Amino acid sequence: MILDVASWLLLLAGGFFVFAGGLGALRMPDFYTRAHASGLTDSMGTILILSGVALQAGFSLAGLKLFTILAFLLLTSPTATYALANAAYFAGLRPLLPPLSAETDDRKTR
Amino acid sequence: MYYAATIAILVTMALALGRALLGPTVYDRVLAVNMFGTKTVLLLAVVTFLYGRPDFLDLALAYALINFIGVLAVLEFVQKHSLRHPKTDQERERS
Repeated sequence: MILDVASWLLLLAGGFFVFAGGLGALRMPDFYTRAHASGLTDSMGTILILSGVALQAGFSLAGLKLFTILAFLLLTSPTATYALANAAYFAGLRPLLPPLSAETDDRKTR
Repeated sequence: MYYAATIAILVTMALALGRALLGPTVYDRVLAVNMFGTKTVLLLAVVTFLYGRPDFLDLALAYALINFIGVLAVLEFVQKHSLRHPKTDQERERS
């Protein structure tokens, strides 16, 4: 009973985070802000939804598989996002806003 | 109780597809496809318990592996492609 309520809450919170990240990835103005919104679904939504489902599975083979999926996703999705942002930056795509130290930094001499 | 999470994930997949269709640069599209793949893994994990079929978890595991490798392969291709083609354009402009 308590496990059911906890898993229900985790799934609801995970659904909210996934939806917020999806909305952000559609509505954000820039590639890097979109990557930020996508990273929200990749980390928080994945943790919440998979642990909510794993509470239903309990200590079984399905629970072990869910834990493996969670560990693998947490390992690979930041790597993929990093590689993506790195490739975009090297290809010449710059963020919409200049860096915060742009006023104090003498950028024209560079 | 799985229906709410399933519907949220499906709506997010639709939003990611919209970004993949709209995306101005190719990196936006790759980001959206990466997000779509991650959401597919989550959807498979939820649908496993919605329908009570534990075989779907193996599919989710395989999809997580393939998604990562696929995104890296597409990035490599795009990088080589963008390294090759602007050079030829510039060389055409110079000559």
